[in-house]
Amino acid sequence: MKLVVVAGTPGSGKTSVLMHAVKDLKRCGMHPALVKIDCLWTEDDKRFKRLEVPVSVGLSRDMCPDHYAIYNFDEMMDWARSQDANVLLNETAGLCLRCAPYPDGCLAICVIDVTTGPNTPLKVGPLLTTADISVMTKGDLVSQAEREVFRERILEANPKCRIVEANGLSGKGSAELAEMIRSWPDASGEMKLRHNPPLAICTLCSGELRISKEHHRGVLRHMDGFMEYSGE
Amino acid sequence: MTIDTLNLTIKGGVDKDGVPDLLDEVTIGRGEIIGIVGPTGSGKSTLIGDIEQLARGDTSSGRTILINGIAPDESMRTDPRKKLIAQLSQNMHFLADMSVEDFLKMHAKSRGKDPGLVDRVIELANTLTGEPVNPAHELTILSGGQSRALMTADIAVISDSPIVLIDEIENAGIKKQEALNLLSGEGKIVVVVTHDPMLALMTSRRIVMKNGGMVKVLDTTDEEHRVFQDLLKIDGWLMALRETIRHGEVVRA
Repeated sequence: MKLVVVAGTPGSGKTSVLMHAVKDLKRCGMHPALVKIDCLWTEDDKRFKRLEVPVSVGLSRDMCPDHYAIYNFDEMMDWARSQDANVLLNETAGLCLRCAPYPDGCLAICVIDVTTGPNTPLKVGPLLTTADISVMTKGDLVSQAEREVFRERILEANPKCRIVEANGLSGKGSAELAEMIRSWPDASGEMKLRHNPPLAICTLCSGELRISKEHHRGVLRHMDGFMEYSGE
Repeated sequence: MTIDTLNLTIKGGVDKDGVPDLLDEVTIGRGEIIGIVGPTGSGKSTLIGDIEQLARGDTSSGRTILINGIAPDESMRTDPRKKLIAQLSQNMHFLADMSVEDFLKMHAKSRGKDPGLVDRVIELANTLTGEPVNPAHELTILSGGQSRALMTADIAVISDSPIVLIDEIENAGIKKQEALNLLSGEGKIVVVVTHDPMLALMTSRRIVMKNGGMVKVLDTTDEEHRVFQDLLKIDGWLMALRETIRHGEVVRA
């Protein structure tokens, strides 16, 4: 079973790029299954179901969506196997950019929207820096020069990644992406994360509503950058 | 690969209804300026897009682009340092939140060029537009005309590639004939999408598009060359009138 994790900021075109890639994967004889992770609500499963592939949705609710995806990878893989799939495509919610839900054996794809400007690759963090492929979307909305500058910025953040210029509307780039998925090795054995999740939890994570500093415990960071542990 | 021997071949695909292009192959040689004409929605920009991404049957049109008769190497498609193609698209504005100078330096770096070229780009851009571009300006505040002038100069200096694609330069609010001369340079292959009679007649041939398909190629006739000379005079007159009005003066008969 191959595992593909597609991450990226909201609205970057993850779903549209994946839709085209699924069609190309089916065309070359693969059997993909899809899991869409979101926080509160999604209708993407309806879009995916039109492709006539097994689709499942996971809503993380009160849990961090990336942590939720990581915690449930084994379950997702078992489900995909039960659907006779040979590749599991997992689309993440992509929110805080602090962690990256990429296990070591997966093909990690970071989808990134060119129209957000060339500083974005520097802001995206481990989602981009630990990805195998970076997919640049919406390139038709900017000049060639701007696409090339954006590309350079991606390579500054992650010199080893392969860049695919894709278009979620026309399907540009999806054949290339499907070929890379097809030739990626299966995920096997015990998987580990490529990047460490954020430090511990604080009292806000467990329901504290009061704002004043005196009410908070955990690993905490001040505006001046000073970090402390407060608690027993 | 040297520019002396370069040629570009478009192998036909299909139109919007899946019907094969009537024109099954066009080869464009060194130094040629070729036009793409057709009504709105006829597939001109798609054809330009096919060339830009060196399509190999993997775009919606199913066309294939060959360089010197063979399918180009993957790196020529993607690595800006090896790219043979520069493109001036229809986009009229920059979205990048950077200064003009920082952006051009970064672009020079991405193309493996000397960052010292930046001054030359700005100088050239300012010959194409009435409102000077300043290196410290933020890209996003530039006017449509300034942006297009800068994109044009950037292509002439930094992207300096043997194949240049131009999409509708006439809407740019810049001096179109000077821009085309600047972009075409010595021995380059230039493909220009246009509705403008003057630009269309500056080409040696033009590909006619209909419903997404390539229908035929027209050679520019001797009669058309004569019409071009007349257009040149009319265009000069119109430009002079435009300047008169722009400077708040009164037009005389």
